[in-house]
Amino acid sequence: MEAREEILGRIRSAISDGPAAPEVPRAYRRTADLEPNQVLEMLVDRLEDYKATVDRVQAADLPRTIAGLLAQATSYVVPHGLPAEWLDHDTLRADDRRLTDAPGSRLTVEQLDGISVVTSSAVSIAESGTIILDGSPAQGRRAISLVPDHHVCVVPASSIVQLLPEALPRIDPTHPLTWISGPSATSDIELERVEGVHGPRNLDVIIVTDL
Amino acid sequence: MSQVFVGMPTLPAHGSGNLFATESFPEAAHHELRNGQLRSNLRHATTSIREKRAHVVGELPDWEDLRSAGSATKEAVMAGLPALLEQFEANFTARGGIIHWARDAAEANRIVESLIREQDTDEVVKVKSMATQEIGLNEYLEDRGIHAFETDLAELIVQLGHDKPSHILVPAIHKNRSQIRDIFLKEMQDVDPNLSNDPRELAMAARAHLRRKFLSAKVAISGANFALADTGTLGVVESEGNGRMCLTLPETLITVMGIEKLLPHAEDLEVFMQLLPRSSTGERMNPYTSFWTGVTEDDGPQNVHLVLLDNGRTAALADVHGRSALHCIRCSACMNVCPVYERTGGHAYGSTYPGPIGAILSPLMTGIQAEENNSLPYASSLCGACYDVCPVKINIPEILVHLRGEDVDARRGKPRLPSEMDLMMKGVQWAFSSGARLGLLEKALPLGKLAAGPDKKIKRLPGHLAGGWTSSRDIPAPPTQSFRDWWAKEHGNGTTDSSGKAK
Repeated sequence: MEAREEILGRIRSAISDGPAAPEVPRAYRRTADLEPNQVLEMLVDRLEDYKATVDRVQAADLPRTIAGLLAQATSYVVPHGLPAEWLDHDTLRADDRRLTDAPGSRLTVEQLDGISVVTSSAVSIAESGTIILDGSPAQGRRAISLVPDHHVCVVPASSIVQLLPEALPRIDPTHPLTWISGPSATSDIELERVEGVHGPRNLDVIIVTDL
Repeated sequence: MSQVFVGMPTLPAHGSGNLFATESFPEAAHHELRNGQLRSNLRHATTSIREKRAHVVGELPDWEDLRSAGSATKEAVMAGLPALLEQFEANFTARGGIIHWARDAAEANRIVESLIREQDTDEVVKVKSMATQEIGLNEYLEDRGIHAFETDLAELIVQLGHDKPSHILVPAIHKNRSQIRDIFLKEMQDVDPNLSNDPRELAMAARAHLRRKFLSAKVAISGANFALADTGTLGVVESEGNGRMCLTLPETLITVMGIEKLLPHAEDLEVFMQLLPRSSTGERMNPYTSFWTGVTEDDGPQNVHLVLLDNGRTAALADVHGRSALHCIRCSACMNVCPVYERTGGHAYGSTYPGPIGAILSPLMTGIQAEENNSLPYASSLCGACYDVCPVKINIPEILVHLRGEDVDARRGKPRLPSEMDLMMKGVQWAFSSGARLGLLEKALPLGKLAAGPDKKIKRLPGHLAGGWTSSRDIPAPPTQSFRDWWAKEHGNGTTDSSGKAK
């Protein structure tokens, strides 16, 4: 017998006593109980606890903030769908440090290694300090937010929710998803947290209050 | 006969691989306990992770509601497993993934080997995975000339130290920072000889050591924390980014996952992604989680495989009283609170799965009679701390007691020499079967007082069992007279009138 049929047969035999499938009680919190400004403060608190840096700006100030965070970068990558107006700043216009990752002209891991990256994000969860990327054009494919050493991540305030159950309906689970809660970290040595292992060691989050 | 009986009953198909205690737990514990360094490392680590977990769990007002939802979800998964697996398979396959089924460890290892050979390489990078540890994949591949590089920091420490993991979340929990530095200095060729024991420096040494591997590997091997039946999605929860590297950069991704890991709906993540990180690392959320659904064009691996593993899971599922052990999401909270684990460490359990969950899961998957696994259900004081912290409410103490019963039943009727316990029980049976016999024994009470001496304590009893008991406790001297003697003296010969007063 094929393994598939044999295993399915074993399972059917194992549950031949007919265990009932209980109704799942969903008494846990599924809607926010905080005001939007409190939710935003909570996200900032959680991200800073993870040793990410957080800026709060208005959309008009976004290009200047991005330019400031990239001041030390020798090179940086942006996904092809990043809104052009986000980079509308003297030091970023016609910037030869900039690489664009686009369909048909993908960057290699060697090109991405050690540089900076600017992306948008899909939805953020305040209670756990989690930013979700879903691979849409303003966020790019997974490698560009992974191989660089410095990630500048833009979070529109309208994409922030308080609770995880509020976030999931906003994303398509069949897209490649990356949930980011602070820079990469390890607690493998005596349970002591060390930030910055294989993913970007520095995470700068810009919350845009009027986007 | 059960009314819902379907088809022919099959004998349980037990698991193989790294699921066995190779010596009985008391013997293994005996030599592990002598290692003072190990005990001090474990105490430090388990204490700090317990505090972190308690803090982040205490933050959530609805923690118990989340546990109840998690428990019921998993119960529903087990009840509907065949249909959920078929649904998952259809969705994963429709998105370009390829599914393989493995009855046991040997079959899973063969499948993975042939998938690696197809890519014409003899090096693979690995994300930490309990399933591949369980089937002994690394050793299997090594014997056939394929080198599997562990990329999780703790797994790397274990691999470089030619050691075995001792905890499912922090496999190198038994090593302290200085021991880790010594392993790196000895085994990493490219390491700075002035490496200190600072965890940050050690983590950076690991980053440098693995970077080239990540950027050049053609094949990665992972486990999976969750599989979503209604979308065909797989997920890996991690911290360091080594998981993202393995799941994103190589052309070929091979995932090995137990059949019990399914969740019915994508929305179930709203429960499990709250339960898992807070229970395991004691963080509000782990730094990185990746989800993928088959193949995504132009993003990540283009050859995506999944090996669905039985290896004794169906045997555990067949045990009505033990099947909820399969609800386990491998958070390791039960290890961190277990007074037995904290002292013996994970190696004493032999199996890939140590601690309270291992003490039930290993014998359930292999059968209670396999090797020394019948000693594992006794590796507990039944204090219940593991049940209290379990995010999916597995009643581990109840299953431990059930498995002890299985063990006793399995031994019944087998000829063997009576044990000390048997002899003591025989003696008690004789004494308690008649008042006259008990009275006779009570006459010996003053002898006990004599044995206790002037400080009124009996410090040592003879024999292995009673002697073992008194090796760490004193027994207070028995009173000079028994209760029955006292009653007879105070109330005549012990008869009472209808008002309850002694005559």
